[in-house]
Amino acid sequence: MDLTETAAEAAFRAEARAWLTANVPAVPLPSGDTREGFAMHLEWERLLFEARWAVVSWPAAYGGRDASVWEWLAFEEEYYRAGAPQRVTQNGIFLLAPTLFAFGTQEQQDALLPRMAAAQDLWCQGWSEPGAGSDLASLTSRADRDETAGGWRLSGQKTWTTRGAFCTHLFGLFRSDPASERHHGLTYFLVPLDAPGVTVRGFPRLDGDEGFAEVWFDDVFVPDSAVLGGVDAGWQVAMATTGSERGLTLRSPGRYTATVDRLLALARDHEVDAAIEQRLAQAWMDAEAYRLFTLRQVSAEQAGRGRPGESSLNKLFWSELDIRLHELALDILGPAAELEGPWSKGFQFSLSGPIYAGTNEVQRNIVAERLLGLPRR
Amino acid sequence: MTHFGLPDDALALRDGLREVLTTACSTAVVRAAWDGDPCEPLWKSLGSFGLPGLLAAEAVGGLGLDELSFVAALEEAGWHGVPGPLVETMSYLPALDLPVDGSARLAVQRPAAVNVAYAQVATHVIRPYEVVAARGAGVVQTVDRSRAMGALAPAPTMTIVAKERYDDFARASLRATLGTAAFLLGLARRQVDLTVAYVKERQQFGVAVGSFQAVKHPLADAVVGTEFAWPAVMRAAYSLATGDPAGSLHVSMAKALASDASYRVSRVCLQAHGAMGYTVEYDLHLFAKRTWALANEWGTAREHRAAIARTILERNER
Repeated sequence: MDLTETAAEAAFRAEARAWLTANVPAVPLPSGDTREGFAMHLEWERLLFEARWAVVSWPAAYGGRDASVWEWLAFEEEYYRAGAPQRVTQNGIFLLAPTLFAFGTQEQQDALLPRMAAAQDLWCQGWSEPGAGSDLASLTSRADRDETAGGWRLSGQKTWTTRGAFCTHLFGLFRSDPASERHHGLTYFLVPLDAPGVTVRGFPRLDGDEGFAEVWFDDVFVPDSAVLGGVDAGWQVAMATTGSERGLTLRSPGRYTATVDRLLALARDHEVDAAIEQRLAQAWMDAEAYRLFTLRQVSAEQAGRGRPGESSLNKLFWSELDIRLHELALDILGPAAELEGPWSKGFQFSLSGPIYAGTNEVQRNIVAERLLGLPRR
Repeated sequence: MTHFGLPDDALALRDGLREVLTTACSTAVVRAAWDGDPCEPLWKSLGSFGLPGLLAAEAVGGLGLDELSFVAALEEAGWHGVPGPLVETMSYLPALDLPVDGSARLAVQRPAAVNVAYAQVATHVIRPYEVVAARGAGVVQTVDRSRAMGALAPAPTMTIVAKERYDDFARASLRATLGTAAFLLGLARRQVDLTVAYVKERQQFGVAVGSFQAVKHPLADAVVGTEFAWPAVMRAAYSLATGDPAGSLHVSMAKALASDASYRVSRVCLQAHGAMGYTVEYDLHLFAKRTWALANEWGTAREHRAAIARTILERNER
């Protein structure tokens, strides 16, 4: 057990803090899940990239800093503490990139990663379909082999695609073996959304922002180089991404410790009673517990002692925590809570936490079955 | 380099203790403690293992280990439901000149408390700044009968604590709070183990009841609670071991999280057992009742949250 920061880690943190202090917009940007807000966020993403803060844990050759996971955690902590903008590139950088590093060919990595880091290619995730949500393996979008053209023809529909209306590319699962069932015979494809036959329609989420899209594929041709990780191996490849989505890479602890700091500042500006103080203490503890759990999880994984179901524990905790933090803010605000503002906006967003990245019902099954060993049926 | 986890020597100690307790602390022993048995053979085993003096200096026969080993050992002791004032004895021995071989068993009279848990089986009672002989005046029965209390009769002082040891006493109190948190998580782990085994076996509607989501989900949620409390216990142990000035804050966090999480586990596990768990013939209640008691001992979750609130509302930083 050693929680002291090395000199190199401290220097890394200090450099990040100094840069963020100098560069984070003084006035928060409008929501990145709206058309004009998204454009402003892209400018921010490009600023981050030029200063090599966009993808700190990646190799320097792709625009990163080869940061260790500890340095990455420190960067995230500083990022959220500084109140820096949401990362509209996150589905590419945090969900697709780990999969590309694990399964991509050299050509795919060289072609895609630098453009992703520079926010030139903007990736959305194409998993859910109208009939396939929690039961992802029931998806019916198809990939038909086209031997003559040397590639695949995609057809079907994806939906609830986050920021799909603003992105340039989609990574998704398609059924490549028509005789297959469930999680067999699926292939992971990388698809440009300007390919002929693709139709994208944005639609508003619960908070009214156009953060969702439906994406239709009508006989869309993609070459063999659009396959990531092997034909019919899509399920295994995709599961590598779910690990990232549920656990660490999507929700770093700095996010919640920063929210709690803002919550405490809010409480100091309001009259709060003992009941609210109890909940503030709980909020502080929970955010801190999430940080400590994450440190433990990372340490265990590095020592090869990770446990099955651990990323589901993580996801259950942060998603419920995020709601509690925002509920507490709204309770402190009282009648002012109904006003449009960062807390009411954040509250609405927090409600999606237990739904996306695998519903919490699915996560509880995973904890019960894989960590505790209860029978599937 | 940053590493968050118990050191290898703490893990080895825990594994060694597990072996000892597997033979020395069966549930039959826990049940004997319910009948007032002071469990001499168990305490002899603990003594020869070195557990009572785990934190005491090697010069006085202790193991000279730190709080990380302390919580590792007490979590394991909690799993076995070790009866008697183990947490208090381990916590206060380094502040006193008493034998560390298991023959001295220390109960603690909490501020403003009339009754003292374990007064019947302890050899000494610690009060603020003095140590008295444990002579309980009659048994005050507790829900967990292994914790039978006594209202202390006026007892002659055995030792007046010297002023220069006041800091040691403050530290002992923090250690006892932290140790109780660790013990609670061990009790919780035992109840989950019992429950997992039971719901895999128990058949209703033609299938194991553990296959139902209505059973799985509350259990998964309860385990989330203990899984996130344990790193807080480790963190507080590290803080005490390294003299972190925020040690008291971290101990409060550990105890508040462990109290709530382990209580939740006891509720869910009892429910998952159905009527099978609602009897003193089955072992679950031994661990549930200790949980109920310890969740409120050494500061309730509410008291610790209030202490945390006072700190964090004054200064906005970790």
